Amino acid sequence: MQGRGAPPAQPEKGSPVRGWAVLAAMVAAAALLLIAFPEQRDPSFAAFWEFLLEMIWVMPAVLVIMGLFAVWIPKEAVSRYMGHESGARGMLIALVFGTLPTGPLYAAFPLTKGLLEKDASPANVFVFLAAWACIKIPQELIELQFLGWWFTLARFVSTVVVIVAMAFVFQRLLGKREVAHDDV
Amino acid sequence: MNLTVVSINAIALACLALSLFKERTKTARALRIALKSGIGLAPTLLTILVLIGLVLGFVPLETIGRILGEGSGAGGVLTAALLGSVLHIPSLVSFPLGGSLMKAGASASVVAVFITTLTMVGFVTIPVEIRVLGKRFTFLRNGLSLVAAVIIGLLVGVVA
Repeated sequence: MQGRGAPPAQPEKGSPVRGWAVLAAMVAAAALLLIAFPEQRDPSFAAFWEFLLEMIWVMPAVLVIMGLFAVWIPKEAVSRYMGHESGARGMLIALVFGTLPTGPLYAAFPLTKGLLEKDASPANVFVFLAAWACIKIPQELIELQFLGWWFTLARFVSTVVVIVAMAFVFQRLLGKREVAHDDV
Repeated sequence: MNLTVVSINAIALACLALSLFKERTKTARALRIALKSGIGLAPTLLTILVLIGLVLGFVPLETIGRILGEGSGAGGVLTAALLGSVLHIPSLVSFPLGGSLMKAGASASVVAVFITTLTMVGFVTIPVEIRVLGKRFTFLRNGLSLVAAVIIGLLVGVVA
């Protein structure tokens, strides 16, 4: 495979300056719109403030939890404990370890490559990536705040069930060639 | 202040206290990471908040309800899946965005599909994924994740 010795892939992750530029453009566009349509001002401001306040109440706490997770559960530890277990136990480990570390999904790709090289099954890797993407424990707290207990719980359970099922489809479809290739 | 806010902050404080008790330097590092990711996330977060304000202020609720609400059927789910796959925003930000859509009348299914595709399927990160994990793996994973997202949405719609 290519890129073994290459540095870990870093996507073009918009520089901080770009983020602020986008915000400035957004604010400018909003200002123009609200000047042109004065009767829309109050509802727009009301919605903005409502969500801003909801955010301020929980964001610092969630960031602190994410920071603590990042320090106490380093990504390397995750790959150390995963990869060799198989069967239901392996899948459970993949699921749990997927929900723990913080960071965007692309941060998990290099880790995934390492797991596959250590003979983790493709099904477990799929579960790991899916859990990493959308059922991270610290972030679930934000989901609770904005979408409520019932939605969060329903989505969590549905996600676990569906990604485990889909993992076997993934393994089946990916498997044959890859495994044959590796066995040679 | 509601129960969720109180419990989240209580959990954060408890974890912080435990960490501080176990190791001072690690805790300081954790707080620095928190501050840094907060600053990094701030522009995107504020942009999305302004967008939420505009959408809720300008688009009549009936319109959002019609496009993404209970009655929108497959069209609403597919719209959400497509938007979620193309858009690239941090998953943390996807929750307030989903919450605003829900408040505006979008169905639980649509919001669940939107959140799942936003986080699990990334058209923008496909090149990176291919570079690290190969073409076959990438396309299969993203394709199946898209299918998974739709099924998750339907399940959430049945339950919630």
